[in-house]
Amino acid sequence: MIAYQLSIFAENKPGRLAKVTRILKKGKINIRAMTISTSDAFGVINALVENPESARALLEKEGLTVSLKEVIAVVIEDKPGGLDGLIQLLFEQGINIENAYGFVLESRKKAVFVVDVDQLDQTQKILKNAGFETLDTKALSAIEPFHYMNY
Amino acid sequence: MYWEEAIETMPREKLEALQLERLKKSVEKASGSIFYGDLFKKIGLDPKGITSLEDIRKIPFTTKDDLREHWPYGFLAVPKDDLVRMHSSSGTTGRATVIFHTQSDIDEWTNIVARSMYMTGMRRSDVFQNMMTYGLFTGGLGFHYGAEKVGALIIPAGSGNSKRQIQLMQDFGTTTIHIIPSYALHLTSVFEEVGVDPRRDTQLTRAFLGAEPHSEKTRKKIEEFYGVKAYNSYGLSEMDGPGVAFECPHQNGMHLWEDNFILEIINPDTMEPVAEGEEGEMVLTTLLREGMPILRYRTKDLTRVIPGPCECGRVHRRIERIKGRTDDMLILKGVNIFPIQIEKKLMDIPGVGTNFLIILEREGFNDLMIVRVEVGREFFSGDLKQLEALRRRIVEELKSDILITPKVELVEPGALPKSEGKAVRVVDNRED
Repeated sequence: MIAYQLSIFAENKPGRLAKVTRILKKGKINIRAMTISTSDAFGVINALVENPESARALLEKEGLTVSLKEVIAVVIEDKPGGLDGLIQLLFEQGINIENAYGFVLESRKKAVFVVDVDQLDQTQKILKNAGFETLDTKALSAIEPFHYMNY
Repeated sequence: MYWEEAIETMPREKLEALQLERLKKSVEKASGSIFYGDLFKKIGLDPKGITSLEDIRKIPFTTKDDLREHWPYGFLAVPKDDLVRMHSSSGTTGRATVIFHTQSDIDEWTNIVARSMYMTGMRRSDVFQNMMTYGLFTGGLGFHYGAEKVGALIIPAGSGNSKRQIQLMQDFGTTTIHIIPSYALHLTSVFEEVGVDPRRDTQLTRAFLGAEPHSEKTRKKIEEFYGVKAYNSYGLSEMDGPGVAFECPHQNGMHLWEDNFILEIINPDTMEPVAEGEEGEMVLTTLLREGMPILRYRTKDLTRVIPGPCECGRVHRRIERIKGRTDDMLILKGVNIFPIQIEKKLMDIPGVGTNFLIILEREGFNDLMIVRVEVGREFFSGDLKQLEALRRRIVEELKSDILITPKVELVEPGALPKSEGKAVRVVDNRED
């Protein structure tokens, strides 16, 4: 399944990220994960959020340059070697990862690893055949914070 | 102390009589070109109607656009076979302005360069290292021929290769250098790097600074570091090149060789002459040019005439250091750049948005051009690599056009200040 990540073009200077989070807060949009990649004077803020379509509309209304990027959110086990299983598989299949980040769903049990790859369809097929679960935007939004309940 | 005492010190009335005699001939010659022939016919000007120096005002101004529009041969006043050389303005590509010379033109030009150098005390015994680009640019060959005429030993080093420049100075006892001021400042750090002190380890006594405007403070810095007297040099390819005006040992303004050129300073708004000593745009007329006479050329350079006689005894009037331009031409590392060139290049590159800003900074002794470019909203696909590729492409495309490697920064659409009316394309933060 495909998930959508917000990619925001931003100059590499104080205040740009603050503007993004301020707009998302005002729009009551929850952020699941975020990474920033920079190249000297400019960079890209990548954010996995609930309801990316309306987040994009809100950000663009404030003048930001936003693109919705297709990514794959893979569920992995939150234990030593959990990520390695996924990465070795992608490596063996010759899939190059352009960008990636992860977050924990359920401590010691489940985590999500988000990958940005060129060969989306092929990667999905490989993951499906290997039995990996992938989440789409809706599934990502629906995830309950299990770790609270475990206390 | 004079290269041509009679010319350099002739009484003002005599100099003006000589100018008038030469002006008449120059206008006559010019009328043989397509451009001036048509122009004179159109406005009903008979070259014989020029009977006083004031009559020059009957002739319309000539601009760089005229030169471009009548490129390449529209200004030629002699058959092509009589030409022996061409030069072109520095930096610009596309339709550059081209100037053609006959042998006599080269000889006259060489003479005023030699006169300028001799004025500063350069003699046959001097070793002259010419650190300017040789080629289409007039600064290299113009000085080369002048120095040869003086009889000095020339090291035609050309530009760049800093360590070799220093080595040459040491190996061959260079006494005189011709150098772009910003490069002279840059070179100080190379001297320090290789552990050579120009005051102690070289025989340098004088420097000719040309190809870009600089301040008195920059001159002082160069004089201090190199242990030389530094002389300001003014020229433009349309008026031969270097040697149009030059400083004498009193270093108070540049004597403009009025036996070769008629000097006018006009108010660029009204086009009327300003009062003596007031600032305005310099307008020059060639008096001895055969191949391509140019009448009342608007240099776009702002300066003023320094009133009163010079202690050196030369009657040729002095102009002050160039204060700026009446157009938006930038001079960076001796290269002339028009913002429109950058705009044209940028707008041809897919992914570039609507606005850009050129920022000039001085980093240490280096001039740096930063071009901030808005990215097109529809171009952004969320990919940093794509942005980086766009940035590199812009650097390469600009470099191929302006010959300088700019630092390019991509900015968000709408990030650059919008100006009302004429867009602000250039911010010059260079300070001395």
